[in-house]
Amino acid sequence: MTVSLFPSNRDHGVPAAQARRVSDLDRLESMAIHVLREVAATFENPALMFSGGKDSTVLLHLAEKAFWPGPLPFPLLHIDTGHNFPEVIEFRDRIASQFGARLVVRKVEDTIAQGRVAEKRPGQSRNAMQTVTLLDAINELGFDACIGGARRDEEKARAKERVFSFRDECGQWSPREQRPELWHLYNTKIEPGQHMRVFPLSNWTEIDIWRYIAQEGIELPDLYFAHDRRVVRRGDKLLVDSPLTGIEAHEEPETLLVRFRTVGDISCTCPVESAALTPDAIIAETLTSRISERGATRLDDTTSEASMELRKLEGYF
Amino acid sequence: MSVTEPEQIDARERDLLCMVTAGSVDDGKSTLIGRLLLDLDVLPHDQLAAIEQTARRNGHSAPNLAHLTDGLRAERDQGITIDVGYRFFATPNRRFIVADVPGHEQYTRNMVTGASTAELALVLIDARKGMTHQSRRHIFLTRLLGTPSLVVAVNKMDMVDYSETAFAAIKTEMATFCATLGIGEVHFVPVSALKGDNIVHPGGAMPWYRGETILELLEGLDVTSRLGAGPLRMPVQMVSRPQSAEHPDFRGYMGRIESGSIRIGDIIRIQPSGLSSVVTDILAGKTNLPEASYPQSVTLCLADDIDVGRGDLIADAAEPAKVARQIDAMLCWLDDKPLDRGRDYLIKHGTALVRGRFTDLGGTIDIDSLAEAPIGPAPGQNDIFRATIKLQRPVAYDNYGDNRTTGAFVVIDETSNATVAAGMIGVDIP
Ligand SMILES: Nc1nc2c(ncn2[C@@H]2O[C@H](COP(=O)(O)OP(=O)(O)O)[C@@H](O)[C@H]2O)c(=O)[nH]1
Repeated sequence: MTVSLFPSNRDHGVPAAQARRVSDLDRLESMAIHVLREVAATFENPALMFSGGKDSTVLLHLAEKAFWPGPLPFPLLHIDTGHNFPEVIEFRDRIASQFGARLVVRKVEDTIAQGRVAEKRPGQSRNAMQTVTLLDAINELGFDACIGGARRDEEKARAKERVFSFRDECGQWSPREQRPELWHLYNTKIEPGQHMRVFPLSNWTEIDIWRYIAQEGIELPDLYFAHDRRVVRRGDKLLVDSPLTGIEAHEEPETLLVRFRTVGDISCTCPVESAALTPDAIIAETLTSRISERGATRLDDTTSEASMELRKLEGYF
Repeated sequence: MSVTEPEQIDARERDLLCMVTAGSVDDGKSTLIGRLLLDLDVLPHDQLAAIEQTARRNGHSAPNLAHLTDGLRAERDQGITIDVGYRFFATPNRRFIVADVPGHEQYTRNMVTGASTAELALVLIDARKGMTHQSRRHIFLTRLLGTPSLVVAVNKMDMVDYSETAFAAIKTEMATFCATLGIGEVHFVPVSALKGDNIVHPGGAMPWYRGETILELLEGLDVTSRLGAGPLRMPVQMVSRPQSAEHPDFRGYMGRIESGSIRIGDIIRIQPSGLSSVVTDILAGKTNLPEASYPQSVTLCLADDIDVGRGDLIADAAEPAKVARQIDAMLCWLDDKPLDRGRDYLIKHGTALVRGRFTDLGGTIDIDSLAEAPIGPAPGQNDIFRATIKLQRPVAYDNYGDNRTTGAFVVIDETSNATVAAGMIGVDIP
């Protein structure tokens, strides 16, 4: 049998400009911009989920690059748990207006007031409750695509996630319903009532996010960098001294130099001891600490090895 | 904070390599990747702790390395990997995105998916079983999908007494098969994923093997230098017309350069229309560039106000793509509903979405003989077949062997919105 089954590669020289080495960050950035443009080109009413956290801030920065000199072709959507750090909310509002973006905020508090979810105990983490508020917001505002900053390296259930993740009429994620993603040919077709979650940072790691922040000089909330804070040590975790974290009477708060690796819900976001004041210092620390991001700083994911997956099935980010 | 070794491993610029792993169920794919991560010493401590805890709970003495990559609960319960999962790791010289692909035959679609973006395929073979129908399938698919580099790991060598003869027999049979497919370069490595021989460290139990370890191959193979080679191809994603006070007349064409490079002053051709123009400006974010190349996402401005939109291809005017209303391709059917010849499908090719109908169907390819076998009533899931598709509008394309972007397409079923097939243009059987 002959070999003609497959045509051989034509012998083309490598383009001159490519003598310049293409770095891994260049490739990741270009893939993300490609995805953002596919969303803007194929959906009627997309939104970018923006919390003021580092991943969504990187996303916003990429979106500006993708559409420059045009305006951002979608509003920003924040699901406010009511448990946010005030500095992060301030940052969120300031950055949104700096980018000339329309910011839509929907509050978990309102969902609770409407009786759509119930708080089992005061100060309980609202991470899971956000799901209802988010799905309500998607319904109310008619978003057909929500762009999120989730990464595959964050957690095992996320490792299976598509770049374009299909959600049915109930907003649910079913691993078996996901479409195969071949090459970079994304199938963006959906029916009314369904929507797509889109993750342009799928193939980035935590270190990439920090390297990109350093490379591009992206501004972040101060919480990400070392600062003094009243905390309580419990086991190998630090808890913020706040009514939301359930500090008990016998626990003695102390002031430590800390930073946050994620800045979500106060009640379940733990800082780590650190003296890092710049992205580069954080990269150096992160590489030596060897504790994955969620393991170190989230209380709700360690309860069960599969808890993220359960939340995803219900329609979490 | 002192800068320690991992800093050098993780924070600097390196090649980014997409890799696919393939093998039958239980050949040891998950174990091999787990072993690689473990011996590279790059695992987060809490992840190690989680699998150690699981091992203790189940009364096992050692943690199951496969659990480092097996993702979803459903599949942990069934004990198999059911979908493509992605892992990330870095070695001193490279970083990898690994598509971990389950091996069961009914999941060919996952293999095709993983291989479509892969620049390197790592195929596992169980040394006790030798080359199976499955292994042929995996090799065939990596070739079909044009994965540039191929490494074959003959695993579980510990269970065949690290026998050189056993390895040599598999290697010979496999090499012949690869040659038949026109695969020039294949690397064979005898390994034990469980014990760690020849994964990161040379296998002490196999002194007869002088070749490279898996890690040495992953790090050393020249994979990236040819990426993006070829004449300029940029599918247009969107037209930018801000019509703002600051940019009242700006008009730019947004897309990613899939191959080649472009400079200001270059003559380009818009395809399929065939109109030509000259590049006047290249924007990457807020930066104006004199030139750009694969894999950059850019916005191009042209000298003439010509009709260009999403779905068009911007190509090197001297070496444009082919344009046709009919394409001959090899397809892999992915959906559980078989092909319906009486219906139209949507073809997504580059940024174009075109209605098309299957006219001629060739036979399915028999993996063992590589011969074309007569097709049943219609191609079904996992069938690989040749077909001619008539399109409602012309498209600009290259042969898949020349360009993995402009030569590829997916088929979408309009009633279910499912992605039902993957196609590669101009890949034909003799
Ligand atoms: N003896 C031996 N067992 C292995 C080796 N590699 C994997 N296994 C075992 O083979 C089984 C299947 O491995 P796994 O990695 O889950 O296979 P996968 O289905 O290809 O991902 C597990 O019980 C492993 O411990 C090896 O090199 N030697």
